[in-house]
Amino acid sequence: MTHLDITRRNFIVSTAAAGGGMMLGFYLPSAAQAANIANNPWERPTAKDGQEINAWLVIDPDGTVTVRVAQSEMGEGIFTSLPMIVAEELQADWKAIKAEYADANRHIKNNNVYQRMSTGGSGAVRLSRVYLQQAGASARERLKEAAAKDWGVTRADVAAKDSVLTSGTKRGTYAEFATKAAQITLDKEPAIKIPDQYTFMGTSVARLDTPLKVNGTATFGIDVRLPGMVYAAVMAHPIPGGDAGTRAQRTLKSFDFNAIKARPGVIGAYELKPQGDTTSGVQPGVAVVADTWYRAKTALGLMPIQWEMGPDVAINSNGLFDRMRKALTEPGAAVSRKDGDAEGAIAKAAKKIEGVYESPYVAHACMEPMNCTVAITNDRVDVYGGFQNPPGALSVVADNLGVQPNNVYTHTTFLGGGFGRRSRNDEVRQAAAVAKLAGKPVKMVWTREEDFRQGTHRPMAVTKFQAGIGADGMPTGLWIRSVQHSITAHSRPEAVVNGLDNGAIEGFRTNVYNIPNQYVDMHIRNSHIPVHFYRSVAVSQNIFQIESFIDEMAQAGGKDPMQYRIDLTKDLPDYQLVLKTLKEKSGWTTNLPKGTGMGIGLSVAFGTVVAQAATVSVTRRGALTVEKIVCALDCGHLVNPSIAEAQVQSSIVMGLGDATIHEITVDKGQVVQGNFDTFPIIRMNQMPIIETHFALTGGDKWGGMGEPALPPTAAAVANAIFYATGKRVRSMPFSHTDLSWS
Amino acid sequence: MALNLTVNGKAYSVDVEPETPLLWVIRDSIGLTGTKFGCGIAKCGACTVHIDGAAAKSCNTAASAAVGKAITTIEGLSADSKHPVQVAWTEIDVPQCGYCQSGQIMAAAALLSKNKRPTDADIDAEMSDNVCRCGTYQRIRQAIHRASELA
Repeated sequence: MTHLDITRRNFIVSTAAAGGGMMLGFYLPSAAQAANIANNPWERPTAKDGQEINAWLVIDPDGTVTVRVAQSEMGEGIFTSLPMIVAEELQADWKAIKAEYADANRHIKNNNVYQRMSTGGSGAVRLSRVYLQQAGASARERLKEAAAKDWGVTRADVAAKDSVLTSGTKRGTYAEFATKAAQITLDKEPAIKIPDQYTFMGTSVARLDTPLKVNGTATFGIDVRLPGMVYAAVMAHPIPGGDAGTRAQRTLKSFDFNAIKARPGVIGAYELKPQGDTTSGVQPGVAVVADTWYRAKTALGLMPIQWEMGPDVAINSNGLFDRMRKALTEPGAAVSRKDGDAEGAIAKAAKKIEGVYESPYVAHACMEPMNCTVAITNDRVDVYGGFQNPPGALSVVADNLGVQPNNVYTHTTFLGGGFGRRSRNDEVRQAAAVAKLAGKPVKMVWTREEDFRQGTHRPMAVTKFQAGIGADGMPTGLWIRSVQHSITAHSRPEAVVNGLDNGAIEGFRTNVYNIPNQYVDMHIRNSHIPVHFYRSVAVSQNIFQIESFIDEMAQAGGKDPMQYRIDLTKDLPDYQLVLKTLKEKSGWTTNLPKGTGMGIGLSVAFGTVVAQAATVSVTRRGALTVEKIVCALDCGHLVNPSIAEAQVQSSIVMGLGDATIHEITVDKGQVVQGNFDTFPIIRMNQMPIIETHFALTGGDKWGGMGEPALPPTAAAVANAIFYATGKRVRSMPFSHTDLSWS
Repeated sequence: MALNLTVNGKAYSVDVEPETPLLWVIRDSIGLTGTKFGCGIAKCGACTVHIDGAAAKSCNTAASAAVGKAITTIEGLSADSKHPVQVAWTEIDVPQCGYCQSGQIMAAAALLSKNKRPTDADIDAEMSDNVCRCGTYQRIRQAIHRASELA
C-alpha cells in the first residue's frame, strides 16, 4: 500500500516503472462477491429498502451505504473516488459502501440537486469534493444527533466510526439510526475536514468497478437490451458538420428501400431529416432497422443512397492548412495578451528565431462506437447510453420528441471511452429520431466507419512563434500568433467576442514563463468539420507547439532546456517542485549518444502542473522508439493514488498517439480515416515505460487528474527527437517527418 | 438458416445467415454481451474469444466456421472470475473504461495457455492486436506477469 502522509507540506510519492506497480491497499473486492455497483450502473446494487439520508446516500437495513455518483464512469475512476470522498466524512465502513449513478430526471425536477452532472474539465474531484464532503459530514452529524436524542446525551458525546455510533456504553449502527436521522434537520451544517484530517482519502483502495470489468458483466450502452427492441444502423451525410447555409445545400436525394426490404430481418428504412443546431444536431441521413444489428448494418450497406454534396465537397486538408498558414500574415488578429513590447524587444535582440507549428484534426476514437437506445411510450421516454452529460442528453431527447423534460428518463451505462466525445449528445438526438420513426424501442449503433466520419474532432491549428534572445542567452521577448478552429464558435458563439476565443489559445495566453515582453493574438478559421472537446482540449495541441518552441529558444541561447524552464519559473513554487523532481527522477541529461535523446515538456491544465521527460531512440533510417516517459506532477492532493497514476499513464499514451500517429484528414469535404487501419492507436509494442512521480504542494490546490498529463507528452518526445537527430519536428503527427540522420 | 454452436460449453441453435460474424451471433442472438464490437475488421481485438482454445477475432470469423468448435467468451473463462488472468487484473486494477478488457483478458489467457512464462517481448508480440484507447498497457503487462505467477 502506498501511504500518503498528507501532513507534510511537500511530499513526493513515486510509483514504480513497468514490472513494479502500485500495490493496492485495503481489501480487494472479489467479483464473486455481491457487486459494489450493479451491472446496470443506473440501478441500485441492493434491494430498494434503504433509507435515503440525503440525495447523495442511502443506508440499507444491513448497513450497506449506497452513494450516488453524479459523474459518469468512462475509466477515470469516479465510481470509486467520489464515494471515497463521501465515506471519508461519513466515517463509514468502506466495505459497506456501494455506488449507483445519480438520476438526471430527479436532478432536473429537483432544482439541480446533484449540482453538476456533466463529466469534463477534469472536474470530478476538483469541482465536487467540497459538496460531497459536506453531504457525508451532514449525514454523519444527523446520525449522531439521532443517537444522541435516543440516548439522552448531546451530539458532541456521540462518536461515529466505521458505521458505528457510540457514547459511553451505548452503541448503535448507522442502519439502526438511519430512519431517525432522515427526519433530523441540523441547526447548521458541520465543517468539513481539511486535508490534514483525512484518514481515508489519499489511499489506493481498489476500484469498485473492476470486478464488473474482468468478467464482461459491466453494461455499456452498446450492451443494453430491452423487451421488443429492434436495431438500427445509420448513415449520416458523408460530409459532416457545416453551418446552416451549407447544410441547407447538402441533402439526402434518395434511397431505394425496395433494394433491401426482402433481406432477412429488415423492418424498415427511414429518412433522418436535419434537426437541431450543428453541435447536437442530426445530419440528413438514413436509418435501416432490423431484428439484429448485423442485419440492419448489412442491409444499409447494400441500399443505394444518393446525396447532394453541396459546396463543402471542395474542401480538403491541404486547403484548410493553406488557409490557416495564409492567415498568419493577415490583419485583424484578436489580441489576447500584451505584456510590454514584444516586437520591439525581438527586433533589438542579439538573436532572433522563429518557427511555425501545425497540428491536424484528431478523433476521440472511443473504443465503444457511438450508440444510444431509446424507448418511447405514451407517458415517458427512456434513454440508455454512455452519457458524459446526462441532463444534456435528457434535454435533447425532450427537444427532439417535443415532450416534457420531466417525462424523459436517462439511464447512464458504463462508457466505453469518452474523452469529450460523449458530451455532445448528437447521437442521442439521432437515436430519438430513429425510435420515433420506427415506433419501437431501438438500439442504434454506429459502425466504426460512421464513428470516424461523424466524429467531432480536436481542432487543427497553425501557430507562428518569434523570440528574441539576449546576449546572456535568456529570452527578451516572445511573440505568438495562432490560427485556430474555434470550438467555442460552435458551442457558445456569444462567448467569442471580436474574434477572440481565449479557450482556443490556452497554453499560449496562459504560459507562466518569466519572459519580459510577450504578445499573443489569434485568428479563427473554422471549417465545416465538427470540432469538440478532446481530452485536455486546446492544450492538447498548443503545448506541443509552444513547448517545442521554448526548446528552440533554449537551444538558441545555448541553455539546457531543463534548467531554462527552472530559471524561467523561479518564483512559482509548484513549478519548481515539479521540475526539480523531474530533473532528479529522470536522470536528466542532454549528453546521450547520437540516435538517442531526452526531451522535456511542461504544462498546466485544470490546475495541475505537469512536466515530462521522454527518452527516445531513432535509427539512422529514422525509425522512432519512445523508450521511457518520466512524469512529475502537482495536483495538490490525491484522493486515490492508484487511480491517479492510471490517469497519468492513460493521458500519456493518448498524447503519444497524438504526437506520433493520430491524424484526421479531409478530402472532398469528408473524413478520410474510417477505421483503426487508417487511424492507428498506440499498441502494446509501442509502449514506453512510464514512471509517475506525484510532487504535491498541498495547501488549497486541487488540480484535475483526467487530462493534464496529456499535453506535455508530444513536446517531450519532439524535443527528445531533436537531441537524438538534430531534427526539429514542427508538425503533428511526427510520422510525416523524415527522422533519418547520419 | 439454423446453425448449431457451442458457446461456453452450452449448445445453441441460432437462426442467422452463415456468413454472420460470430461476434454478432454471440452478442445479439445468444445475448452474451461481454464480447465487444470495436472495429469490425479485426484491427482492435475487442471481440477476442477462444475457438478451440486459441484467441480469435470474432468480428471477422463467420459463424458457420465455428460450427463444431468450442467457443469460449469472457463469460465462460471462469465461473467465478478466478481465472489467474482475472485475478491478476483485479489485483492490479487494470481496467479503466473497461470496454476492451474482455478482449485483452481473453488474449492474455490464450497467451498464457501456450506460454507459461511470457517475456516482455512475447507480450508485445501476442498482445499488440488488442488496442486500448485508455492506454492501460503498462498494467496489462504487469498483470500478465502476475497471472503467470498465479497460474
